[in-house]
Amino acid sequence: MSEPLAHAHHPPQGFIRKYVFSLDHKVIGIQYYFLALFSVLVGMSLSLLMRYHMVHPDAKVAWFAKLWPTAAQGGIMTPELYLSLMTMHGTIMVFFVLTTAPQSGFGNYFLPIQIGAEDMAFPVLNMLSFWTTFVALVVMVAAFFVQGGPPLSGWTGYPPLSAIGPLAGPGEGLGQTLWIVSIAIFCGASLMGAINFIATLIDLRCQGMSLMRLPLTCWTWFVTAILGLLGFAVLLAAGVLLILDRSAGTSFFVPGGLLVSDQILNHKGGSPLLWQHLFWFFGHPEVYIAILPGMGVTSQILSTFARKAVFGYRAMVYAILSIGFLGFMVWGHHMFMSGMSPYSAMAFSVLTMAIGVPSAIKTFNWIGTLWGGKIHFTTAMMFALGFVSLFVTGGLSGIFLGQPALDLYFHDTYFVVGHFHMIMGVAAIFGMFAGTFYWFPKMYGRMMNETLGKIHFYVTFVGVYCIFTPMHYLGIAGNPRRYSDFTNFDFLGKLLPVHNFMTQAAYGTAAIQILFFINLFWSMKYGKKAPMNPWNATTLEWTIPSPPPFDNFGGQHPVVNHGPYEYSVPGAARDFIMQTDPVDVAHVE
Amino acid sequence: MLLAPIIWVLTVVVMYFFAAKVWWFPPPINQHGLAYDAQFMRTLVITGVIFFFAQFALGWAIFRFRDDGRRASSSHGSNKWETIWTTATAVLFVGIVLTGTKIWVAVHLSDPDPNAIPIELMAKQFAFAFRYPGPDGKFGETDLAQVNDAAGNPFGLVDKDPAGKDDIVSASLKVPVGKPIKLIMHSRDVIHNFFVRELRLKQDIVPGMEIPLYFQADTPGTYEIPCSELCGLGHFQMRSTMQVMAEADFEKWKQEQAANK
Repeated sequence: MSEPLAHAHHPPQGFIRKYVFSLDHKVIGIQYYFLALFSVLVGMSLSLLMRYHMVHPDAKVAWFAKLWPTAAQGGIMTPELYLSLMTMHGTIMVFFVLTTAPQSGFGNYFLPIQIGAEDMAFPVLNMLSFWTTFVALVVMVAAFFVQGGPPLSGWTGYPPLSAIGPLAGPGEGLGQTLWIVSIAIFCGASLMGAINFIATLIDLRCQGMSLMRLPLTCWTWFVTAILGLLGFAVLLAAGVLLILDRSAGTSFFVPGGLLVSDQILNHKGGSPLLWQHLFWFFGHPEVYIAILPGMGVTSQILSTFARKAVFGYRAMVYAILSIGFLGFMVWGHHMFMSGMSPYSAMAFSVLTMAIGVPSAIKTFNWIGTLWGGKIHFTTAMMFALGFVSLFVTGGLSGIFLGQPALDLYFHDTYFVVGHFHMIMGVAAIFGMFAGTFYWFPKMYGRMMNETLGKIHFYVTFVGVYCIFTPMHYLGIAGNPRRYSDFTNFDFLGKLLPVHNFMTQAAYGTAAIQILFFINLFWSMKYGKKAPMNPWNATTLEWTIPSPPPFDNFGGQHPVVNHGPYEYSVPGAARDFIMQTDPVDVAHVE
Repeated sequence: MLLAPIIWVLTVVVMYFFAAKVWWFPPPINQHGLAYDAQFMRTLVITGVIFFFAQFALGWAIFRFRDDGRRASSSHGSNKWETIWTTATAVLFVGIVLTGTKIWVAVHLSDPDPNAIPIELMAKQFAFAFRYPGPDGKFGETDLAQVNDAAGNPFGLVDKDPAGKDDIVSASLKVPVGKPIKLIMHSRDVIHNFFVRELRLKQDIVPGMEIPLYFQADTPGTYEIPCSELCGLGHFQMRSTMQVMAEADFEKWKQEQAANK
C-alpha cells in the first residue's frame, strides 16, 4: 500500500485551472451537477407556467407581457408560446438534467474514486466534454431570445413540423435551428464523455477491483456510457440531416406534395418516419441513460442503510446488462400509431415486454435487499425507498403502453405523459436527490440537515403522486397531450377539475424544493463536519478524506480485497467490511 | 417508518380511482371497442395485483425491518428466488401482450372488406376534411395547385375531371351505422392524428403516405375527433366530429350534399 510519495500529484494553483477549466474529475463532476441544477430550475419554472396556462388559458398576467411582448401580447399567453415552453421544458429536462446530473455529475465525481483511480482516463477530454455541454446549453437557452422564440415541435422534433421553417409557426425559424444545433453540440459532448467513462472503467480499476467487485453504481455508469456512445451518435446524424433539410434544401424527412400556409413546398421523396426511427433509436436508450444511474445509486443506498448486502448482486449486474442490450431493440414502441408496418409493432411489443423482466428483477432484488435488514432512515435512504415506489408505479403503466392494441387509445394521451414522468422524470430525480444526500458529506466535507431533508422528502413524495397519477385517469378519459387548453372539446371540459388539482399539486411540490436549495447551500458552509465515513459504508470513496484530496488517494494505490456490499457479515468485528480491509477480516469464525 | 403507511395510503387511493371509474372511457360503439375494453381490464387487473403487492411489500419491509436493535441477516441472495421471479414475470408479461394480439390483428392485419365504404380524409393545419365519391363511386383527380380552402376545395379537386364533379366534401365525418368503412387518410402539411375515443381507434396521418383505416360504428350518435399528434400552434383546437347515422339518413344526407353543389 505504501507507494513512493513522488506519485502524488499537486493541484493546480491558479483559479482558472482549479475551478473553471479544471482537469480534476471531481471539479468537473460538480460543474456538471450545477449545470443540471440551473437547468432543472429553468425546466421546473417552465412546467409551472404550462400548468398555469392549461387551467387559466385566458388569464391576463402583466409580467407575461413584459417577458414576451409578442407571444404574450397584453399578458395573455398564446398557444404557440405554450408549445414553446413545453418544447423547452422537455428538451432541457431530458438533456441537461436527466442525462447530465446522474451520469456526468455523480459519475464523473465517483466513478474514478469507486474504482480506485486518480482521475478519469482522459482528463482533457473530460474538461472539453463539460465545456461543450455548457456551450450546448447556452445555444439552447439562446432560443428564448431570438425572433419567434423557441421551437414548438416538442422535444421529439418530428418533421415535417420541425423541418419546414417559419411557415409551420413562430419558433420554427431561428429558434428551431438553434435547438437542433444545440442538440448536435450536446451529442458531441456526450460522445466524448461516454468514451471517457468506458475507457476509465475498463483500464483504471485498481488492484483487486474485478468486474464482480464493482459497486453497482459503476456498472450502471458503465452501461449508460455504452448506451450514450451508440445512441448519441445516431441522434447526431439525424440532427445533421434535419439541419440539411431545413437549410440546404435536401429531403431526408420531408415528402413531396406539401402545401403549407398556401405555399407548395419544393421537397420531394423524404420520409417523416425515418426521423422517428433515428430519433427513437436514440430516444429509447435515452430513457435508460436517465434511469440506470438512479438504479445504481438506489442499490448502493438501500444496501448501505439496510446494513445488508445487495440481494442477488450478479442478477443485478445481468439485469443492468440486459436492460442496456434490450434498450436498443424496443424503439418501435414509440411508433405503433406512426404508420409503420403493423407486423413490426408486434415484434417491438414482445421485446418491450421482455425488457420489463430485468426491470422487475431489479425491483424484487431491492425488496429482497431490505428483507431481513436493519433499516436506518436517513434522508438518502428515504429518497432511495421513494425511488423504488415510483419505479414500480411508473413501470407498471408501461405494461399498458407496450401493447400496440391498447396503444390504439392511449398513444399521445396523458396516460403516456403520466407514465414517463413517473419513471424517467421523478424516479430519476429521486435517484439524484438520494445521491445528493448520500454523497454530499464526501463532496463538501459537511453533512446536510436531516430534518429539512425529511420534510422535503415527504412533501415531494406525496406531491409527485398527486401531480402524476391523475394523468393516468386523464389518459383513460382520452385527454390528448400537448394541448395548450381544454376549452374546444366537450369531453375535455369535464376533466378540468383534475387539471386544476394537478396544477395546485405542482405549485406545492415546486415550492417545497426551496427547502432543498436552502439545505444544499446552507450545509455547504454551516453543515456539521463530516467524518471520512459517516454512513459506515464499504466502497472506496469512504476510505479517503472528506472532501477528497486532489488526486483522491494521496499518491497511494488502494488494493481491493472484498466485494462492494459486505454488510453484517457473521463473525466480523463491525457490521461492515470495507473493500480495502485486509483479506482475513472476514474469517474470524 | 412513517413512509410505510404513506406508501400504503397512496397505493389504496391510486387504486380507488381506477376502481371507481370517475374519469373513464366513454362507452364503446362497436365490437372492437368491447374487445379493447376487455383487454384493458385484463391488463388493469394483472398490473393492479402486482402494484398492490409490490407497494405493500415495500411498505412492509420498511415497517418490519426498521432498526430495532437486531443484527441484519447476512443473505447475499437466492438463485431459487431469482429463477422464480424471472420466469414468472417473463411468462406474465409476454403472455399479456400475446392475449392482446388478436385485437391488433383485427384492426391492422385482417383481410380488408372489399365492400367497405371508402371515405377520404385530408388533414391540414388545423382542420379535417372528408370526401365521399358521390353516385359514380369514383374519387375525382386532385391537384395541389387547385387547393382552395376558402372556396370549399381543401382536396384540390380538378375541374376538368368529370369523376370529381359529384364528389362530396364535408368538414365532419358522417358514416352509416353498422357498415364497414374504409377511411383513406392523407395529410397535406405535417403529421396529424385521427382519434375517436368511442371507436377505441387512433392513427397518425402522415404526409407523403396513404394510410387506410377500417372500422365500423354500431351505435348512432355524434362523437368528437381530437387531433392527437402535435401539429403546430392550433393543435389544441383541431377538431371535427363523427356522426353515426341510420343508413337512410346517411343516403339522404349524401343526396342533399350532391344537390347543393
